[in-house]
Amino acid sequence: MKTVLKYVKKYGLLILSLATLIILFFVDIDTAKVASNSILSQFKTMLLIIPSIFILLGLIDVWVPRETMVKYMGPDSGIKGVILAFLLGSCAAGPLYGAFPLAQVLLKKGAKFSNIMIFIGAWSTTKIPMFLFEGSALGWKFALIRLGLDIIVIPIIALVLEKTTKKEIIEKLYIQAEKAQK
Amino acid sequence: MSNYILIGITCLLLIISAFKSKEKTIFALKKGLKSFLNIAVELVTIVLIVGIILSFTSTETISKFLGEDSGVIGIGIAAVVGSITLIPGFVAFPLAQMVLEAGAGYTQIATFVSALMMVGIVTIPLEIKYFGKRLTIKRNALAFVASIVIGIIMGVIL
Repeated sequence: MKTVLKYVKKYGLLILSLATLIILFFVDIDTAKVASNSILSQFKTMLLIIPSIFILLGLIDVWVPRETMVKYMGPDSGIKGVILAFLLGSCAAGPLYGAFPLAQVLLKKGAKFSNIMIFIGAWSTTKIPMFLFEGSALGWKFALIRLGLDIIVIPIIALVLEKTTKKEIIEKLYIQAEKAQK
Repeated sequence: MSNYILIGITCLLLIISAFKSKEKTIFALKKGLKSFLNIAVELVTIVLIVGIILSFTSTETISKFLGEDSGVIGIGIAAVVGSITLIPGFVAFPLAQMVLEAGAGYTQIATFVSALMMVGIVTIPLEIKYFGKRLTIKRNALAFVASIVIGIIMGVIL
């Protein structure tokens, strides 16, 4: 029973969405075509990005010594760690789901929890290519003010997350990262 | 463009790594593959769901939501729609530009764009896998509130 539940949890949503797509083809072929086109283009993006992200993840894991990570992004890294987390996240490419596996490797190597949250925040909104795109579409004033606000808001969110989360829960994340990346 | 830069840098590092140590490089590739397989099902699921949702939310629907409703309701809708949808930037920004030109307020647009990037309802199952339920929900809730705050401040400034 437990194994069945496990499979349902892992594949349930996948099967449900596949079924929805197939039904859509019978009900409304035009919408189904739009959906399949956007799914295909998303897969293309994934094919471009995903291999790089996971290769980088492996390389960081193998080559970056724990001491280096602790020194630059660890608990005592101070403003240096904050800036580095911002830069790493901002230089990223690809959707937010690419940030989570990389964040886990940083955790494993001993980066400070709040810096990880800044990394994720930066990846989500202050990516440089996205900023350039935003500026050209919505105007530079708009993009710059939003960037400025993001730079203020992201560390606040990271700090609130760190302060309001029990130490045991954060420690559990580090242990989980250690196990997952073995 | 940025995708290709990422690929280029990765290839370069991979080559340097292979020169320094073949075993370590193979080990790194194995680790990467393992981490990928760990979330492959979730990734495919996300892409499918996003594609289906996207096919129902046309440009007109979104501009209707953000364009005509101004005020508090408009901001709320902007935040919710931004949180649910996972539109790639190259679609989202031209869309936002069109809606802005159609007469939507800066507050709604800024809220929508911010929520779109920071809050990811569709990717929550994946985020939970890495960070647990409580943290994931808290992060997304905080980002949701932050999007609205950013939107309001930008509406005041612009």
